[in-house]
Amino acid sequence: MNLKAVYIHIGWFQMSITNLVVVLSMLLVFGLALVLPFPGNKKGKGQK
Amino acid sequence: MSTGIEKEMWTTKLRKGWQKNLPVEKLLPDTQPAYVASWIYMFGVATLASLGVIIASGLWLSFEGASWYHFSSVGHFVNSIHFWAVQFFFIFMVVHLWGKFWMAAWRGKRMMTWVTGALAFVGSIATAFTGYLIQTNFDSQWISYEAKDGFNSVGIGSKFTVTNFGQMILLHVAFLPVIIGVITLIHVLLVRSKGVVPPIDAFNKELGERK
Amino acid sequence: MSDRRTELEAAPWGGRTRRYDLIKEGVVAVVIIAILAAVLSTLFGSPDDKQITFKDWATAAPADFYATSVQELAGTSGTAGYGAPYNTASDGVNLGPLHLAKIMGVTHPVDTVNDFVITPLTTVSNAAPVADALKLWQASDAKQQSTWATNYDTALTKANQDASKVPTGDYGPVPELAAGLLTMAQAGSLDGALLSQGNYFQSDNTKQTLFLGDGSYFNDQSTASNLQGDTWGMMNETGRYPGQAWLWLYSFWYQIPPFNNGDSHPFGANADAWIMVIMGALSLGLIIMPLIPGVRSLPYKIKIHRLIWKNYYQEENL
Repeated sequence: MNLKAVYIHIGWFQMSITNLVVVLSMLLVFGLALVLPFPGNKKGKGQK
Repeated sequence: MSTGIEKEMWTTKLRKGWQKNLPVEKLLPDTQPAYVASWIYMFGVATLASLGVIIASGLWLSFEGASWYHFSSVGHFVNSIHFWAVQFFFIFMVVHLWGKFWMAAWRGKRMMTWVTGALAFVGSIATAFTGYLIQTNFDSQWISYEAKDGFNSVGIGSKFTVTNFGQMILLHVAFLPVIIGVITLIHVLLVRSKGVVPPIDAFNKELGERK
Repeated sequence: MSDRRTELEAAPWGGRTRRYDLIKEGVVAVVIIAILAAVLSTLFGSPDDKQITFKDWATAAPADFYATSVQELAGTSGTAGYGAPYNTASDGVNLGPLHLAKIMGVTHPVDTVNDFVITPLTTVSNAAPVADALKLWQASDAKQQSTWATNYDTALTKANQDASKVPTGDYGPVPELAAGLLTMAQAGSLDGALLSQGNYFQSDNTKQTLFLGDGSYFNDQSTASNLQGDTWGMMNETGRYPGQAWLWLYSFWYQIPPFNNGDSHPFGANADAWIMVIMGALSLGLIIMPLIPGVRSLPYKIKIHRLIWKNYYQEENL
């Protein structure tokens, strides 16, 4: 990890691959949290 | 039961207010509304858990001193735990924030829950920043040199001196964690006291609306 | 929103519930995150690029160090001309008519001539030329000192920082003083002298950091690691580590006009102050977001909440 960082550079936009991974994993985690079924959600117990 | 004198007592008022708004059944409930069934609800707790790991590793680092991790392999490991836990902390907090935004979680008189959460976010950025300043390495030399201009430009630099290592280490390990701790505590107590916000369309039937 | 709806949403939930173990959830979360952090720490460690000392600088880039010392004596360095909170050399940046730094005053006085050069030189025993130069400097008045330093600074700049190519002139003791400081820095004794400033306990690195930043060496190191503000440096970290990605928005403003042009007035030249104001306003906006029309309605228009509560909506036929 102490090697020289690699950057994505498009116009004024510039971001290190590592930061990009962090941001994308954040979006991925958010998306998965919305889509993945939550365990034990069939028939809620303790009515009322 | 209570006499007129008791009614006026501050202690009595605090106890009664507490019992009314946050009885222990609300503080530590064993059920949640049926709609609390999504992974998105994990991220508040995940943020708190990351904060726990940050505080534990941070305490260890502070007992050993700011330069310990440069020459001790155990120190470097504990510093790494602190570093990665901060990354997790922010990732989870941002996902939590997104989740609460799309739930419009400020509904039902929960405005202060949102406000304290946002304050915790802004305060955490300041706390993390002071952490970067006390790494006692090249990064902290550079960040303090660059950041001074921002703070100086609006006069804050006259009191908050990022190049003053002594001030930054004290703020990072004492003042700022206390502030974050208190805001977080209020935030969590508000969540427990007000309960988890119901779905946006939950009361459409009661209100005679169709979607 | 109707008041009736608000009341319903605020009232304790009267509908179906499910078992939920908060404490177990919390404990499991702490364990998982501790394990994840331990795994990443074992695999990758954490960034720790060695700090730069004055010894490093004076050894690796002696000409740059020498020229910077002369600039400190002549008052042409970045710090010497900074203004508040270090000195009164300039008004600093402004927000229109507001010079906030200047209003707050000089709270951390820095005298580049004495703090950076003369005082450190007096803490060590110097070779004869340097000792004599120091005596001559201290016996002269400020005007004479300034003339010598300015003459030499101008000549050295013309000679592209190559002291051997500077023609003879009225430089007084300045070349010897800078050479003495270079020797001192190369020997490693300037680091301590700059920090302590004649004291025993010291925890304020402001003077060291300002002096370090006045030279090119430190800045070049930062450019090499992509840490400069005009290349999103605020978000970056040394090596391949993740940086403070949460500062992306703060960093963003420095990349776009007018803030990315330091010569454009009034905004570019005062970008630091204006971006502080923008970020302050945006932070406030985040805090009071539920009160902002338009933004607060987005969750009703973009119905991501139907995904979050999909089971509930299905079961309740909503």
